[in-house]
Amino acid sequence: MAEPLLDLRALRKAFGGLQVTDGVTLDVVPGEIHAIIGPNGAGKTTLINEITGRLSLDSGQVFFAGQDVTHLSMAARARRGLARSFQITSIIPGFSALENAALAVQARSGSSFRFFRPASSETLLNKPALEALEAVGLAHRAAVPAGALSHGEKRQLELAIAIATAPKLLLLDEPLAGSGPEETERLIGILRGLKSRYAILLVEHDMQAVFALADRISVLVYGRLIATGDVAAIREDAAVRAAYLGEDEAA
Amino acid sequence: MRADWPAIGILAVLAAAPFVGFGEGHMLTLLSRGMIFGIAAVSLALIVGGAGLVSLGHAAMLGFGAYAVVILDKAGVTQAHVVLPVAIAAGAGFALLTGVIAIRTAGVHFIMITLAFGQMAFFTAASLSAYGGDDGYTLYGRTEVFGTRFLENRLNFHFICLGALALTWLVCRLVLASRFGRVLRAARENDLRVQAVGFAPYGYRLAGYVIAGGLGGLAGFLLANSAEFVAPAYVSWQRSGELLFMVILGGLGGLHGAILGALAFIFLEEYLAHAVGEHWRMVFGPLLILSVLFLRGGLAGLPMSLRGLRRG
Repeated sequence: MAEPLLDLRALRKAFGGLQVTDGVTLDVVPGEIHAIIGPNGAGKTTLINEITGRLSLDSGQVFFAGQDVTHLSMAARARRGLARSFQITSIIPGFSALENAALAVQARSGSSFRFFRPASSETLLNKPALEALEAVGLAHRAAVPAGALSHGEKRQLELAIAIATAPKLLLLDEPLAGSGPEETERLIGILRGLKSRYAILLVEHDMQAVFALADRISVLVYGRLIATGDVAAIREDAAVRAAYLGEDEAA
Repeated sequence: MRADWPAIGILAVLAAAPFVGFGEGHMLTLLSRGMIFGIAAVSLALIVGGAGLVSLGHAAMLGFGAYAVVILDKAGVTQAHVVLPVAIAAGAGFALLTGVIAIRTAGVHFIMITLAFGQMAFFTAASLSAYGGDDGYTLYGRTEVFGTRFLENRLNFHFICLGALALTWLVCRLVLASRFGRVLRAARENDLRVQAVGFAPYGYRLAGYVIAGGLGGLAGFLLANSAEFVAPAYVSWQRSGELLFMVILGGLGGLHGAILGALAFIFLEEYLAHAVGEHWRMVFGPLLILSVLFLRGGLAGLPMSLRGLRRG
């Protein structure tokens, strides 16, 4: 197997008496989609927050691209190529879709302590931003204020912002959350397109999507990984079925 | 750009004012006072509207600029090419020193900590007995420009204030549209998103705060020269509140709102004091409240509100 891009080593985190992350060890290798599934409250979003640096760990280490990033800030990790999308859409509502993506491009395109030249006319920023919008099928809505986009479009924009940072790894926190069947179809198509270009750690509730997209699946229950394997292995795993998939789906 | 025309229009009206019936001495004094507070209000609007940093200590930046003039005057330094940079640096320096701590907080805490720093500056000014303490300090004359008494002429001073206001507006306008300003504006709307794409907002906010402080120092320099007198009242939290009110009265939609707000505030204050007499604040207060209630976009948003009314 290739050198892992993301390597989590025995992550632990407790909120008071509640162990939300309990010795999680997993990795993501370049070019794969590694999905994390688990029931509500399993600590999936918490895990994403620990990887991105939004939450600090009690113990354990996060290695990214061969380097220990455990003590780096969220912004510093993002600059190294760790991009995330949020389960609850997190965009700049007052900016146009293009400017949302351009802000992300700006973060990796030289100093932003530039005070006089108008940012909105910089081709250096706008061109990659538009490409990111194109990659998620949102280019035709570039000029629309992000706050005025539909729910599905906001989810696409969320992806476009992550892509615009030119990441090595995408951490996608329920990219399909709240989407109807049609939107879900479209988003799955977009994610499949991204797969060839980025390694992805995907947290998702939608089993159809996970089984369709993932190379490997890890199952998180009460902060603990109970299984990791390819799609077929996870489908067959007795512990997973008992904990999560339920009897009817196993039938 | 289309959005710049209101500001350019206001500046043009101010340029024409002395020649269309506002050229008499008292009116020029009032206009320059309005423009000086316009500078202060625009600089405050940069951080309130641009960065979401609601400061209740902005008068301290003016105070540092004004007291720089006083302290240099007492030391016999009255040359503008020395005094002006020192005044701007004093405002920016105070913003830097206090901002390092204040910017770590947000929301109500930021309001309270800027208020606290402002009051520290106020009590410091009141305790400077060498500079008049509570009673203030009367300048011997206005700052000299390369040895000439250029600023003593009211019309000259009018256009110096107008130039400074135009420059302040232009600087803030460009800064907000720049890469730097984009990060600032984005962090106001969604701090988490800005961090998640790779920016640490702290440095941007601090830099914005320092720019506003420097421009506040510029306003303080002009204010000291306008009145030829400086007192601790310039630094009081009430003055900071007035500045904040000018910004809100003008509307946060654009920087020109702050200019309108400052002019409206200064002229209303003057007019009511004459028309109503001793208890003019009894009228002024309710007027301010009504304006906040009914002018949602502030004075800058008035044309839009009226258009909305006509459409029903």
